[in-house]
Amino acid sequence: MSDAVNEDAPLPGGLQEIADDFAAAAENELLEILLEFSDELPELPERYADHPELLEPVPECQSPIFLVVEVEPDAADLKAGTVHLFFSAPKEAPTTRGFAGILQEGLDGRTVGEVLAVPADFPLRLSLTKAVSPLRLNGMSGMLARIQRQVVEKSGSPA
Amino acid sequence: MTDSTAARIPADTLDPKFQEYARPDRIVSTQWVADNLDTPGVVIVESDEDVLLYEAGHIPGAVKIDWHTELNDPVTRDYVDGEGFAQLMSAKGISREDTLVVYGDKSNWWAAYAMWVFTLFGHEDVRLMDGGRQKWEAEGREYTREKPTPTATDYPVVSRDDSRIRAFLPEVRDAIGEIPLIDVRSTEEFTGERTHMPAYPEEGALRGGHIPTAQSVPWAKAANDDGTFRSADELKKLYLDDLGLTPGGDIIAYCRIGERSSHTWFVLEHLLGFDSVKNYDGSWTEWGNVVRVPIATGTEPGEAPSA
Repeated sequence: MSDAVNEDAPLPGGLQEIADDFAAAAENELLEILLEFSDELPELPERYADHPELLEPVPECQSPIFLVVEVEPDAADLKAGTVHLFFSAPKEAPTTRGFAGILQEGLDGRTVGEVLAVPADFPLRLSLTKAVSPLRLNGMSGMLARIQRQVVEKSGSPA
Repeated sequence: MTDSTAARIPADTLDPKFQEYARPDRIVSTQWVADNLDTPGVVIVESDEDVLLYEAGHIPGAVKIDWHTELNDPVTRDYVDGEGFAQLMSAKGISREDTLVVYGDKSNWWAAYAMWVFTLFGHEDVRLMDGGRQKWEAEGREYTREKPTPTATDYPVVSRDDSRIRAFLPEVRDAIGEIPLIDVRSTEEFTGERTHMPAYPEEGALRGGHIPTAQSVPWAKAANDDGTFRSADELKKLYLDDLGLTPGGDIIAYCRIGERSSHTWFVLEHLLGFDSVKNYDGSWTEWGNVVRVPIATGTEPGEAPSA
């Protein structure tokens, strides 16, 4: 999260693999890949489905989306705790669901350290700027910022 | 103009509501679309706010046109030029004579916006599907993920004509106190409490409020809960009786980037038959950032600044 982000450094968690898949795709396949992420976004588990008030809204997105983070602590190392991500977004908002799906697949089950190391400009490194537009990608930056803030709060780890 | 198109693809007469509109051949029902999916000369066009919604499922045979990545110029804040438009239409398999039926999400905001851009290029026969995606879905109608493979057409290169239905900032500034301005944003945006739509991302207007003398008529007043347009009588009451507009004069509508005011443009131009309605697409994301343009705050339209 420092200002001097090394743009050549690989992205943490599973995000680099996702970024590579987008980078290798033809232009007319980009939205199809994003749609797969949208389709595969897991449903909320019951403990959240029955309690939507536990989720945090993301007003940076043009469509309604809510998210919540859980951290399984690691007694020895705050940064080694395991992060779980849960999202709720309607089927009528597939772009937003797709963004959530990318973050879910790339970061769920990863460590606190990995999640906090994701650079803020990560959405711009997905080769989606032209197909989706930078304005729309702002929504994913908003989700990432909220995920990282919740991870800091819930892990007790310094940002 | 309308006579020649009416002779080719007849207007939808299924919904009696349409007969009361000034230009009943500019709007079709979901049933009409379902009946005309394979009609030669009819192209169904989906235009949405969400760039992925078409991929997630669309009306069988429909082509997609995205306002942001296809209708806007990628560099300058403007629309594509005549060459770009001809290429786009050709790639979508659209001929100059085709009847375009546009539909989309968000009560047809972007469908109306696409129609407005098509009109800048003089594409003659463009119609909106009343109720858009919302109504099509509510009726349980079919969607597909299968994309058509259009055959390229030789759509002519036509210069964009911005003079009739598009307003730019200098003209809007001169219009203050002279001709009616309609602000179609939410009340919170009009008063200056917010610089963007409730529950929408901040898009970078530095100042809040409205253009002095503009009257607040949020776009949604022209729409029913199911996304369809209100009846001609309801629209006349709203715009003629309550607001005192007259169908003959000039009117300029604006919002944030011109999408919600396209909805209002459609209502005034086609459903009520006003002669001269312009959409100021620079809208608040331009006006709210320009140095020293006058701004009014609060619920009242405000006075024209003294010269």
